[in-house]
Amino acid sequence: MPKDSGIGASVKRREDVRFLTGRGRYTDDINLRGQAHVAFLRANVAHGRLRGVDVAAAAAMPGVLRIFTGADFAAVGGLPCGWQVTGRDGQVMKEPRHPVLAAGKVRHVGDPIAAVVAETLEAARDAAEAIVADIEELPAVIDMRGALAAGAPLVHEEAGTNLCFDWGFVEDNRAATDAAIAAAPHVTTLDLVNNRLIPNAMEPRAAVGDYNPATGDSTLYTTSQNPHVIRLLMGAFVLGIPEHKLRVVAPDVGGGFGSKIFHYAEEAFVTFAARALNRPVKWTAQRSESALSDAHGRDHVTRIDLALDREGHFLAIRTRTLANMGAYLSTFAPSVPTYLHGTLMAGNYRTPLIHVGVQAVFTNTVPVDAYRGAGRPEATFQLERVIDKAARELGIDPVEIRRRNFIDRFPYQTPVAVAYDTGNYHATMDKLVAIADLAGFEGRRQASARKGLLRGLGVNCYIEACGIAPSHLVGQLGARAGLYESATVRVNATGGIVVMTGSHSHGQGHETTFPQVIADMIGIPESQVEIVHGDTANTPMGMGTYGSRSLAVGGSAMVRAAGKVIAKAKKIAAHLMEAAEGDITLRDGKFTVAGTDRSVDWGAVCLAAYVPHNYPLAELEPGLEETAFYDPANFTFPAGAYACEVEVDPETGRVVIDRFAAADDFGNVVNPMIVDGQVHGGIGQGIGQALCEGAVYDANGQLVTGSYMDYAMPRADDVPSYVVDHSCATPCTHNPLGVKGCGEAGAIGSPPTVVNAVIDALQRGGHRHVTHIDMPLSPARVWAAIRG
Amino acid sequence: MYAFEFTRPQTVAAAVAALKGADAQALGGGQTLIPTLRQRLASPARLVSLAAIAEMRGVAAAGGVLTVGGGTTHAAVAREAAAPFPALARLAGRIGDPAVRSRGTIGGSLANNDPSACYPAAALAAAATIVTDRREIAVDDFFRGLFATALATGEIITRVRFPIPARAAYAKFLQPASRFALVGVFVAKSSAGVRVAVTGAAERGVFRWTAAETALAADFRPEAVKGLRMAAEGMIGDLHGSPEYRAHLVGVMTARAVAAA
Repeated sequence: MPKDSGIGASVKRREDVRFLTGRGRYTDDINLRGQAHVAFLRANVAHGRLRGVDVAAAAAMPGVLRIFTGADFAAVGGLPCGWQVTGRDGQVMKEPRHPVLAAGKVRHVGDPIAAVVAETLEAARDAAEAIVADIEELPAVIDMRGALAAGAPLVHEEAGTNLCFDWGFVEDNRAATDAAIAAAPHVTTLDLVNNRLIPNAMEPRAAVGDYNPATGDSTLYTTSQNPHVIRLLMGAFVLGIPEHKLRVVAPDVGGGFGSKIFHYAEEAFVTFAARALNRPVKWTAQRSESALSDAHGRDHVTRIDLALDREGHFLAIRTRTLANMGAYLSTFAPSVPTYLHGTLMAGNYRTPLIHVGVQAVFTNTVPVDAYRGAGRPEATFQLERVIDKAARELGIDPVEIRRRNFIDRFPYQTPVAVAYDTGNYHATMDKLVAIADLAGFEGRRQASARKGLLRGLGVNCYIEACGIAPSHLVGQLGARAGLYESATVRVNATGGIVVMTGSHSHGQGHETTFPQVIADMIGIPESQVEIVHGDTANTPMGMGTYGSRSLAVGGSAMVRAAGKVIAKAKKIAAHLMEAAEGDITLRDGKFTVAGTDRSVDWGAVCLAAYVPHNYPLAELEPGLEETAFYDPANFTFPAGAYACEVEVDPETGRVVIDRFAAADDFGNVVNPMIVDGQVHGGIGQGIGQALCEGAVYDANGQLVTGSYMDYAMPRADDVPSYVVDHSCATPCTHNPLGVKGCGEAGAIGSPPTVVNAVIDALQRGGHRHVTHIDMPLSPARVWAAIRG
Repeated sequence: MYAFEFTRPQTVAAAVAALKGADAQALGGGQTLIPTLRQRLASPARLVSLAAIAEMRGVAAAGGVLTVGGGTTHAAVAREAAAPFPALARLAGRIGDPAVRSRGTIGGSLANNDPSACYPAAALAAAATIVTDRREIAVDDFFRGLFATALATGEIITRVRFPIPARAAYAKFLQPASRFALVGVFVAKSSAGVRVAVTGAAERGVFRWTAAETALAADFRPEAVKGLRMAAEGMIGDLHGSPEYRAHLVGVMTARAVAAA
C-alpha cells in the first residue's frame, strides 16, 4: 500500500498552494519605499569599439536620477569566473575582464553599455533611448571555426587569441586512444552539433538593490539558485563589500535550469547604484532582454570516433569538441565542456580507452554556461548517437550492442577519472523493454505505415554525475569554490522544527520533500517541519541548487544536523527518565528506555531543552539546534534507459512523438510524485532541444531567435504522455539517504532518444542515406534530409 | 510603450472622425499592434479602439452569403460560423491560442495583411467582399503585398461578406515557433469555379495558385494537384524553411485541403 507520509510517500507539494493561487513572492513582487527603476542601454551590434557615450541629453530628461556608464565601474572588479581550467599545454585558460558595464568595447548584442536610473521605468526607458553611444562597428566572430582561423578578429585583444583553452582528458591516454582507433576493425565517426539553447525560465531575471545608510548594509534581492554564492562572488570580487555587510535574498524563484546560478552584471549594478543613490533600485528583465542577457546553454560542435571490434565491443572513444564560451566567461562556463562533460564520456559502458579534446572559444555572442544537465547532455548525446550509428553499421540491434558493453560490476573505475559506486544497467534496460512495450513496436509501425507515416524507435541509455561535488576533488580540477552544503535544524520549545538549508528551491519541491525526511527520522507529522531557504541572513552558508544536488548534498547535511539534534535529545530524554543514554531509542516521536515501558515524548524533551528546570545543565547546554556541513565523498551516478517512438510525415518532415518511456535509477526516492514531475519536465526540455529549440545568430551576430516568434519552445502538444519508472533503484553507497538526484536526468537522456528514433524511422522508410540530422529536428530539416 | 491618447467610440462614424486626427491609429483586437507598441516599435499619437462598436460585431448567414462584422473575434467566428461555413469556423478556431482568439478580430487581421495570417487565405479563396466605412472592395483588389492593402488611411473594415462555397477547407502547416502559418492553403469550390489561396509562403503575401485552380476545376480530387509544382522563386526563406520547402508544402497542403473539403 502506498505510504501517505514520510520517505517514499507521494505527498502533495505544499508550496504549490501559494504558487497556484498567486500568493508566491517573487523578486519582482518586492517593491521598496522610494524605489527607483533601471533601464539598460544594450549594444545593438555584436562587436564594436566604444568611442564614447554621450549621456548629456538623456540625463536632463524628466525623472532621471543618474546615468551610469563603464567609467563608473572602473574602480570595482569584473564579474568573476568560478572555475579555472588548465589546458594541455599547462597554461591556465584566458580569463579576460568582464566589466559590469561595457568598457572600451562591446562584445555581443545585448552587452550593457549604460544604465539609467529614474523615478519610473518609462522615464528610464525614454532616457536610455536618448543616450548616444558612439560605436565603431568591428567585424564579429560568430562561428567557432571562424573564430579560431588565422587573422580572425579578436573578441579580447589582450588575450591575443579567441581560444580560451585547449583541454585534453585524460591526456595520458591520448596516444593510446589514437593508436587503438587506428588499429580497430571498425570505427564509426559522427560529426554533430549540440544546439545552443536559451534557458527561458518562466520567471525572467530580476534584481532589487537596497542600501541602509544607518548601518552601511547592502541587500540584494535577486532571482538566484544560490544566494550565498552571489554574496561571495559579488561582495568579494566585484563590489568589495564584506559578507557581513551584504545580504542576498532569493525569494520564490520561478525556474532556473542553471541560468540563475551565475552572477550577472545587473545584480552588481543595482547593488552598486542603490548605495550610490541611497535609494532602492529595481530591474526586471523583459523577455526579449532575457534572450540577450541570460547565459545560454550547450553550443558544442563535435566529432566523435567510436572504435569497435567485429562483435560490437567498444575499444576506444575519441572526441574533438569546440565549445562556445560566448563573449565573456560566465561564472561556471569553463567547467561545463570539461569536467562536467569529459568525465561522463564512458557512459554506461566498458571502454578501455577514452580521450576527450575540447577547445573553448570566445565569440561575439551571449556567454554560454550551465543549462539543465550542463555538459552531461552533450556527452550523452554524442555517445548515444555514435553507438546507434555503429549498431546500424555493424548490423547489431541497438539494445543488444548496449547490453554487450554495459558496466556490470561496481564500483567501476572509468578511464575518465570518475568511479561509479553502484548501478544496474541491465535492470533498467529490462524494465524499459517492458514498459515501452518494445515487443509491440512492429505492429504499431505497420499501423503508422497504413497512414503514410514512418514510425521509428529510439533507445538509449544515459549516466550522469550528480550531487556535485567532493570539494577536494573539484579543487584539484580548478573549482574556486567548495561544493559542500550546510543545514541548521532548529527545534522550537513546542517541538516544531525549522530547517534552514543552503539548498535553494525554485520548483524542485524542497518545502515538501525535506520535511518528509525529518518527519521520518523523528516520527512526527510533516506539518511540524518548516523549510527556510534563500536568504543569507537566516540560513547558514549554502552552495545552492544545481547539478541535481539538493537532496544528495543538502539533504545529507540536513540529515546530519538532525542526527546531532536527535543525539542531544536522547541525552535529555535519558536525564528525564533517569536512564542510560545508550538505552534510549526514538520511534514514532517517542523516546523509550529499551526493554521498559518508560517513555517520554518528543514535545516534552523539546520543552525541557528550552525550559531547563529538570535538565543536566552541568553536562549539556540548553536549547536544541544544530548545524552540519556535508561534503560528499563522491559524485552520485543516476542512470537509466529511455525509449521513444516517433511518427515522421515524409511529405512534410514533421515529427510527432507518439510514445516515450523512461526507466531511471535514482537510488532511493523520497517523493515518487515529485520525481515523476522532475523526469517529465526534464524530458520535455530534452524534447524541446531535440525537436524545437535552437538559438540562431546571423553572420553579423544578431540573434535571429530573439523572441518566441522565432525561438520555438516546446508546447503541450509537442510532448506525449510519458511512462516513467524508477523502481530499479540501487541506492547510492556514500550518502545517508542513498539518493542520487533526478532533476536533470530527463534533459540528459532524452535528446538522443528522439534523434535515434527519427533516424530509425527514416532508415526503415528507405531513406538509407540519412544517418544523422542536427537538432532541432524541425520539419524543414527533416524534409531536407529526406531529400538528400 | 510610449504614451498615447486613447478613445473608444461607439459608432463607425465616430471612429472614422476620430481617425482623422493627426497620427491616429485604429486598434482592433490588438494582437499585432499591442506587442508592437510594447516593443516601442510604433508611436501613434492616438489609438482609436474599435472594440465598442456594436454594429461591427456579429456573424449572419443569409442567401448563401456569410456576413461577418469587422470587429468580430476569431472565437466568435469559430462558434457562430460553424454551421453555415464550417471551413471558415475551423480556420478561426485554429488561429493562435484562446487568448488570441478572444481578442483578435477578422477586420484587424485583414487590414494588417500579415503574410502568415490565416484569414487572408479564406477571404481570397472564397472571393469575399471587404466592406468599409466608405465602399466595397472585391478581395481580388484588396491585398497589395506584404502588410499592404487597398485601405486608405483611416478607412475601417466594417464587414466581410463571404459567398459560402459548396466545398471548402483550410490546411495549415504551422511555423514551429510562432505557430502562424508556415504555409496555409484555403481551397473553395463554388458554382463559379475553384479558388486556391496560399498564405505564409510568398514574399508578396497571400496569393492565388491559378494552376491548381485550373486542375481542380477539372477534377476536384487531391490527385489532381499531385503533378503540379510550385516554383520556389518568390517564396519566403528563413530559419523555419527554405523557399524550396515552402513551395513543396504549398502542393502538400493544397492536396490535403482538397481531401478535407
